[in-house]
Amino acid sequence: MIELESYLLLSAITFVIGVIGVLTRRNAIIVFMSIELMLNSVNLTLVAFSAFLGDPTGQMLVFFVMTVAAAEAAVGLAIIIALFRNKQTLNIDEINILKW
Amino acid sequence: MDFTTIVFYLFAAITLGSGAVVVFSRNIVHSAFSLLFAFFGVAGLYVLLLADFLAVTQLLIYVGGILVLLIFGVMLTSSVIDVQIKTGTVQVLPALFIVGALAAALLTVFWSTEWKVLPDPPAVDTTAPQIGELLLTTYLLPFEIASVILLVALVGAAMIARREKQA
Repeated sequence: MIELESYLLLSAITFVIGVIGVLTRRNAIIVFMSIELMLNSVNLTLVAFSAFLGDPTGQMLVFFVMTVAAAEAAVGLAIIIALFRNKQTLNIDEINILKW
Repeated sequence: MDFTTIVFYLFAAITLGSGAVVVFSRNIVHSAFSLLFAFFGVAGLYVLLLADFLAVTQLLIYVGGILVLLIFGVMLTSSVIDVQIKTGTVQVLPALFIVGALAAALLTVFWSTEWKVLPDPPAVDTTAPQIGELLLTTYLLPFEIASVILLVALVGAAMIARREKQA
């Protein structure tokens, strides 16, 4: 059996990779994918805790995270497509019409 | 090294490798497709953690739903104006500092905490009955709210993405 620490380490590294993506990439869709990666790593932590505690509550939390992620994907993609139609770009440095 | 360990390292390598490709690849289509393998690796780890129902849900929702949406997004936005879909990176140095601090904080917490672990985690056949029971008893209200959220997101996404009428 793999220890809990291995899963925690793995999800920490995955989360950090996602953060790198959010901070350094400038394409809105790649930022979006990095966020999905971070959500997945947190889900992995929750499932690992749930398995090692013998308590299914963690898996319930993962369920709700997945629901919110699905809603977020739908709305986020709609926003990205609307943005692209209006600005013809996905570079988030050029999307600054809300800046005063 | 027994079989479980090998499988764990295999799926961990898949997840980490594809995650790195998602973030560092210059080509957005490569990013989208390696996200598929990252989701798949996480689903394999769920199986290893005896969360069978979640593993299937992960494949259905992430691979079957979110990823298809993302690829739709890539295809709808990249081919029209700028043919080269390569994207640059910026702020590498400040990002490195932030990420290093974050990684240090996470690893310190993970390693310094005494995690309470059952000495012998119970072997469950399937988690689906437990999850179903919890969904309809303890977590009934969040369950209903989640369904409302999905409906609202559906209507909202259609509303935002539809073409505006030319006035």
